[in-house]
Amino acid sequence: MTKTSRWLSKNLIRIYAVLGFTYLFIPVIYTIVFSFNNSGKSNLVWRGFTFNNWKNPCGAADVCNALGNSLKIGFISTTLATILGSLIAFAVGRYAFRGHGFINSMIFLPMATPEIVMGSSLLTMFIGFGVNPGFWTIVIAHVMFCISFVVVAVKARIASLDPRLEQAAMDLYADERETFRKITFPLVAPGIAGAALLAFSLSFDDFIITNFNSGNVNTFPKFVYISAQRGLPAQANVIGSAMFLIALIVVLTAQFVGNRRKTTA
Amino acid sequence: MALATNRKKKLWPYILLAPGMVWLVIFFIAPIVKLVSTSTQTQGVNIGEYVQSYRFANFIDAFTGAAPQFFRSFLYAGLATAFALMISYPLAYAIAFKSGKWKNTLLVLVVAPFFTSFLLRTIAWEQILGEQGLVLKTLRFLHILGPTGHLTATPFAVVAGLTYNFLPFMTLPLYASLERIDPRTLEASGDLYASGFTTFRKVTFPLSLPGVVAGTLLTFIPAAGDYVNAELLGNPQTKMIGNVIAARYLQIVDYPGAAALSFILMATILILVLVYIRKMGTDEVV
Amino acid sequence: MTDASKSAKGDLKLSSLVKTYGEFVAVDDLSLLIPEGSFFALLGPSGCGKTTTLRMIAGLDEPTSGSIHIGNTDITYQKPYDRPVNTVFQNYALFPHLTIFENIAFGLRRRGIKDVKDQVDKVLNLVELPHLAQRKPTQLSGGQQQRIALARAIVNRPALLLLDEPLGALDLKLRRQMQIELKWIQTEVGLTFVHVTHDQEEAMTMADTIAVMNEGKIEQMGSPADLYDSPQTAFVANFLGQSNLIKGRVVDSDGDANVVEIHGQKVKVLKNRSVAKDSSILFGIRPEKIRIQPGAHQLSGCVLEGGVISDVSYIGVSTQYQVEMPWGQELMVFEQNDDGIPPLAKGDPVKLSWETIFSFGLDGSEDASAGSEVNPDED
Repeated sequence: MTKTSRWLSKNLIRIYAVLGFTYLFIPVIYTIVFSFNNSGKSNLVWRGFTFNNWKNPCGAADVCNALGNSLKIGFISTTLATILGSLIAFAVGRYAFRGHGFINSMIFLPMATPEIVMGSSLLTMFIGFGVNPGFWTIVIAHVMFCISFVVVAVKARIASLDPRLEQAAMDLYADERETFRKITFPLVAPGIAGAALLAFSLSFDDFIITNFNSGNVNTFPKFVYISAQRGLPAQANVIGSAMFLIALIVVLTAQFVGNRRKTTA
Repeated sequence: MALATNRKKKLWPYILLAPGMVWLVIFFIAPIVKLVSTSTQTQGVNIGEYVQSYRFANFIDAFTGAAPQFFRSFLYAGLATAFALMISYPLAYAIAFKSGKWKNTLLVLVVAPFFTSFLLRTIAWEQILGEQGLVLKTLRFLHILGPTGHLTATPFAVVAGLTYNFLPFMTLPLYASLERIDPRTLEASGDLYASGFTTFRKVTFPLSLPGVVAGTLLTFIPAAGDYVNAELLGNPQTKMIGNVIAARYLQIVDYPGAAALSFILMATILILVLVYIRKMGTDEVV
Repeated sequence: MTDASKSAKGDLKLSSLVKTYGEFVAVDDLSLLIPEGSFFALLGPSGCGKTTTLRMIAGLDEPTSGSIHIGNTDITYQKPYDRPVNTVFQNYALFPHLTIFENIAFGLRRRGIKDVKDQVDKVLNLVELPHLAQRKPTQLSGGQQQRIALARAIVNRPALLLLDEPLGALDLKLRRQMQIELKWIQTEVGLTFVHVTHDQEEAMTMADTIAVMNEGKIEQMGSPADLYDSPQTAFVANFLGQSNLIKGRVVDSDGDANVVEIHGQKVKVLKNRSVAKDSSILFGIRPEKIRIQPGAHQLSGCVLEGGVISDVSYIGVSTQYQVEMPWGQELMVFEQNDDGIPPLAKGDPVKLSWETIFSFGLDGSEDASAGSEVNPDED
């Protein structure tokens, strides 16, 4: 075996991973690049570099309204779904009770149902009860499909908790409530935080279910979809890029802080 | 006193479950039940009015009317899942075993594109692969495609879009499964005379099976019901069942028909999933 | 009621304690009195019920029946946080998200004590780790974690301190050191320690009193010397140190000793060192008590002839011989290497002798191999 072919076979996986990540990021880079395009109405051809879009992100009609809705809906549904889902995760992860398996299947069902089925059936029900689709129907729908993901994420974290830590707490005079407050919850909290982040991403990025249940209310994905036919303004790219960068910074900072706390003397 | 606390202890899990489960029952179970009942209704006296007439022929009508789209959806979803698995597995493997201190950063990078709206990314592909894009120009220049050949508005683009969109859903469960494997198991395999590939075949892959199952399910199910990729990257001949259902609901406004199609889609997926899980031998996917 | 149980003091009394899991009986009618201020060890192999017993004393498991008292206070069904009992867990169970200081202060704070600094500092000095107060548990070595776990329990001055195989994860040298330190701390602080272990050397080094447990029951209880010199069951004889157990028959009486016939040869055992109920007896002698000689010297005490050396192991401190006797049984003999004479060789014919006072007698119906199985999991 020559030196190069040996190097190749050892690093094949790494090379592949680099290629994989590149592939993953191509449309993201494209989106970011074209956010600087001096585009006017339609952002299809490169016309020149400009900061204008970034200086005026709300320039295109309705874009910031849509973004605002997405963010509001995101925060509300994340909060609700995280609370409801975490409660279920504690129930299912800690207690043996009648119907345990049945509940597990019920949680799994929304993840096994295509969005189009969930969205259209929910719309039908709303209309049937005379409720017009709008902001709150979107929130309701988002909470609904996020709960399952929250349950899975939090349950995993609960499962990794050493029960002897809670026993030690009770041995050291903490009753059940104190044990939960001082030991269980702080240790499960990172899992809950991760679940919340997941729920927010799912909510913000959701299109199909939202499309069916939003009426006239615009969300960011809906805005992009509708504008795609007419011509997508560069401001959409700006917002997409900004969301990406903000999220990246938030998560990497949380990582960094977490790592530093682990090694603090 | 012991009896009272015992009963409270027994009820506690149900109390925790209640709010979330009630939400799911009202906003997930109930609509689906209503969906099933709608699917057997027929047109009433006035336009927009429907009566329950238990017309099971609705299902047959729906299916025959949209059979090609059904099969196409499962084909595209299947292909996308297979491609996603092939692309994600080495990626997940690299992150789990070969990334050292960069592990967490790489994980974040896998999920990060998620934060750019998936619609923006799909549209980006549409433009990258489209008329104005470099890719097409290069392929035409190299005569791989003829002067009228195109990449968008083809089944290829739709499958590519589906594959791309669900990569994080495939990568993360795979990573979670691979990460749990004790690397010493792989060393032991090598010590017992297995080559690299055999170790993979006989040890690594079987141990990562729960992740494979979870990832393929999380990819196939949404892919089968998707219509955005078909809409943006395809043409009228590549319509998936999602497009048909959406049209029935929002444009043609044929609720029983749309409901019947949705029900068939959901039931088919559920059956496939159950068979798949049973065959793969994992009891708890959740 | 909770305040009274929190301040209970006195001897620990277990009365007819039973714990069953379905068909399986983990603890079988256990009764025990552990005097206040003593260092008590519960010794036994894995699965003998010692950890289950400990957990019931701590309140982490509920007994199926029976009672637990500290002094006059019945704590059988008290919650763990209502008992004046603290536990040092096998895997330390230090709270990973709290500093060492907060870990130690945890019990004090739960009891409403505001000014914790002095007490925490004092106990950190006791375990010689004052500089680690602001670290997190994951930054400590195994030995350090173990000492912090101990400090966390001791700082609360409980009536009873329970230790669940706390030294299991430490390497040999560190374990030896910790055994001595734990014993010293117990004497310093004066608390009652109940130490659960499967390591008989550890129990004998540290404890004032040992209870040997097997299959949910106590086989024998007493001081380390009592248990070692005068075992009353085959299990104890084999579990503590090693024993040669030979089936025999009591054929005669000679003053304060019984004459026992073993495969045609005669040996003696003092009557007050034999628990055999009738003429059937399991005769016992420890390997280190036996003198091994090749020739026909004048031998005192009990003598067994006709042995042939089948294995020699040089251990440094001693040489261990396996001697095959005429009736087929292999006896063990340990000789200290303290006389400069080179060891005997495989195949040498030898005579075995020992002082009669070292013989002990067990009931003839006992299983001679009880307690001698090598334990596969040492943790």
